[in-house]
Amino acid sequence: MSTATQSPAKTPRGPKPKRAFSPANIMIYGTLFVVSIYYLLPLYVMVMTSLKDMTEVRMGNIFSPPVEITFEPWVKAWAEACTGINCDGLSRGFWNSVRILIPSVVVSIAVASVSGYALSFWRFKGSELFFNILIVGAFIPYQIMLYPIVIILRELGVYGTLTGLVMVHTIFGMPILTLLFRNYFASVPEELFKAARVDGAGFWGIYVQIMLPMSLPIFVVAIILQVTGIWNDFLFGVVFTKPDIYPMTVQLNNIVNSVQGVKEYNVNMAATLLTGMVPLVIYFVSGKLFVRGIAAGAVKG
Amino acid sequence: MADMSQSTPTREASPAPSSKPPLRIFRNLNAKLAATPMILTALVIFVGCSVWTIVYSFTNSRLLPKTNFVGFDQYERLWSTKRWMIAVENVAIYGILSLIFTMIIGFFLATLLDRKIRFEDTFRTIFLYPFALSFIVTGLVWQWILNPEFGVQKIVRSLGWESFTFDPLFNAEIVIYGILIAGLWQGTGLVMVIMLAGLRGIPEDIWKAAKVDGIGTAKTYTHIILPMMKPVLVTALVLISAGIVKVYDLVVAQTAGGPGIASDVPAKYVYDSLFQRQNLGQGFAASTMMLVMVVIILIPYFYLQYGGKKAK
Amino acid sequence: MDQIVNPSISIKNLDLSFGAVEVLKNLNLDIADGEFVVLLGSSGCGKSTLLNCIAGLLDVSDGEIHISGKNVTWEEPSQRGIGMVFQSYALYPQMTVEGNLTFGLRNARVPKDEIAARVEKAAKILQIEPLLKRKPAALSGGQRQRVAIGRALVRDVDVFLFDEPLSNLDAKLRADLRVEIKQLHQQLGNTMIYVTHDQIEAMTLADRIAIMLNGNVLQFASPYEIYNHPANKYVATFIGSPTMNFIEGSVHGGKFDSALGTHSLDGYDFTTPSPDGPAWLGIRPEHMATGDEAANKPIQLEGRVEFVEPLGSDTLTRVTVGDQHMWVRMDGQAQVKIGEMIPIGFSATQAHLFDTTTEERL
Repeated sequence: MSTATQSPAKTPRGPKPKRAFSPANIMIYGTLFVVSIYYLLPLYVMVMTSLKDMTEVRMGNIFSPPVEITFEPWVKAWAEACTGINCDGLSRGFWNSVRILIPSVVVSIAVASVSGYALSFWRFKGSELFFNILIVGAFIPYQIMLYPIVIILRELGVYGTLTGLVMVHTIFGMPILTLLFRNYFASVPEELFKAARVDGAGFWGIYVQIMLPMSLPIFVVAIILQVTGIWNDFLFGVVFTKPDIYPMTVQLNNIVNSVQGVKEYNVNMAATLLTGMVPLVIYFVSGKLFVRGIAAGAVKG
Repeated sequence: MADMSQSTPTREASPAPSSKPPLRIFRNLNAKLAATPMILTALVIFVGCSVWTIVYSFTNSRLLPKTNFVGFDQYERLWSTKRWMIAVENVAIYGILSLIFTMIIGFFLATLLDRKIRFEDTFRTIFLYPFALSFIVTGLVWQWILNPEFGVQKIVRSLGWESFTFDPLFNAEIVIYGILIAGLWQGTGLVMVIMLAGLRGIPEDIWKAAKVDGIGTAKTYTHIILPMMKPVLVTALVLISAGIVKVYDLVVAQTAGGPGIASDVPAKYVYDSLFQRQNLGQGFAASTMMLVMVVIILIPYFYLQYGGKKAK
Repeated sequence: MDQIVNPSISIKNLDLSFGAVEVLKNLNLDIADGEFVVLLGSSGCGKSTLLNCIAGLLDVSDGEIHISGKNVTWEEPSQRGIGMVFQSYALYPQMTVEGNLTFGLRNARVPKDEIAARVEKAAKILQIEPLLKRKPAALSGGQRQRVAIGRALVRDVDVFLFDEPLSNLDAKLRADLRVEIKQLHQQLGNTMIYVTHDQIEAMTLADRIAIMLNGNVLQFASPYEIYNHPANKYVATFIGSPTMNFIEGSVHGGKFDSALGTHSLDGYDFTTPSPDGPAWLGIRPEHMATGDEAANKPIQLEGRVEFVEPLGSDTLTRVTVGDQHMWVRMDGQAQVKIGEMIPIGFSATQAHLFDTTTEERL
């Protein structure tokens, strides 16, 4: 480059020569590369193990790629793996999770977005107090509330049912989601709200006609947050449902950690991957929105 | 205008400001209705259920909750139970180490990504993807990697180091470190992202000023940027801490509390007491202790928040 | 001020407090039909709060608000017969210009052909016909504010409320739109209340200006009156740039005593019968004569030039008289040097006297 033509004796002129491989850069990229390997390794191991048959799993090591690729473990994990007496595979847990997920996401976001909207524009006496309790409540360990909630759900006749679990997800999703929506609506200029009131729109009119259409991004963030959160839930699934509607995470744990029978590590890894697939796909597809979701929830909180 | 004045003749007639205003409860009625789920959640679940459990932790309930109050008996029993002591010790070790390492690694990775590098998005995606996975998946995959028969131990031995031993999940002494490795893998990405957001919130002028003053990059980060990020650091600290007390899924999936009871944690102790061992009183007392732990963690947080505001 | 028989807007004993903070204190204001009133004051004086109370966007603590003869104190904003224009335009971002204009009418279930007619009329007046199908994001600042005015226009109401509508625009556009608003007022003849902190907007637009401080109206009068007979020292300071010069001293038997000597107040129109006592004498920089003219003025001083700001049309000069700093507005062509001694003169008729303790006009 220019360094070759310019002798150091000359006065500095023009662009300052830069080295592409400065020690600092080598260190930065080198470190990032090594750390990346640590983070990627488990995913790699899962995929490799799930594509081997059991003899190869026992012979080789977990990092070596399969000599002969087989999809048998995947099929088995999806359709044949046993939990207790049921041997219809993870597919059941998958569909249970879907049935839990959809109403939970819809209800929790609908309730929280309206709460956040009310908290931003329609404050009433005590509204901030309730909100503060809600936010502090997010730090209370779930364990202390589990048993009374079981009693409440039983009294309502929804313990062990889908409805009960949807309620639980709505309740525990509320702090973070309400915060998310409240912060978002707080960034909407208040004059917009005032203009709509002068134009004669009321509580629901402003929400549906003005606020909803302009807050689609935050709804996407909330959906991402809730889909991954609810899909990954284990504790509520195991406490508030019965075995026939166990979500996928609970069933996965039961399959992999069951003490009966021969351990089929390849099937286990295929099952684990299958369970992780939904949040992973969402993560890779949503990209920056996922980051925005957790940043919005975390930094402002 | 004309029909409007007709439709409200009473108000038209109201002459003095001293006449009664519209009822307060009905003002803003829609907002109050819409906020009902939030109010119920706050009062009935977060306050009500917590208080219920605390009250019943002073009873000798076993299979069913009973109002037979026995004072601090459950707590005395709890703190003299070996299993609980192990659980508390585990969560303390896991918590302290996880705090230290997550913060350091998270900040370090964030500063690397902050250097306006190429492929920033790719690296960030790689560091954060474990956070999208559940603790169950995390626990199971690390259980497999740390499996002494097939995993890391076997590979190192096959490289020639025959006596190499690394079987944390089967060694009661170090099992909590095995869980820590998995926890760090899952959680550091989140802290990195939070820290990165904090770093990006630092005005560019600070960097220019530091450059003009001739302060090196590393020193700028540690001496200038880090103190400026106090709110973000506090947030990250609180998030990690609150998560630590709740650690449950990871342990269940990775070790099921084993070997024996060596990797038990308070959350698991509570669950087992409530739903497996029909010992409600113990479960209530243990969960109340979990709340106490959280409160102990949160008090300095509120202090820091409050102190931070006062300093401004 | 109390002679208005059928006020368009009448505010009676209005109080507003947020907790312990009193924002508006026992405020009374009568605005005539078709009048253009500007609420002027620095930030925090309560002017926007008052406007929001009139609009019904804030609930008052006490008092009454009447619009067009009707007590609207407890009415919803949309029921008060007002249209409002906001500083940030507050256009609904996801609706087209037409959608923005018609939103209120659709909420009020106005018939479709009526809506179309009103939109057409408003768009014509404001010359925004070509923009009707666009979204607000595709408009310039000036166009957005026009649409915002249009939204008030289509409501076909008696009263328009403007909340600092030009503050977000650049200086050139602000001047243009100011003229347009003035023309609009002349064309429509509606009552308009306009909040601003910009004294030029206030002076140019208003029939009457209400100058506010700490939730009180200090003076409610025409721009001429406010400029020439400020009711107190605050109003005197607030209007005019650079601000009025003040000399501390005392009034004694038609004379003003100060460190600068004793000067006759002949020709000054006292508002109180017994003005004697400690007082401020105020004189606007533009009423201070220099050079040969100074010699013709009844009150004469001499000042040392310490600072010169040439503006082209005028030259602002800061001088020291005795130990006092004063601004003097001189001709743009004036040549003065720093350190030079220049003669200054003014007459008592253009001066203002304020009581030192109450700060009220004497």
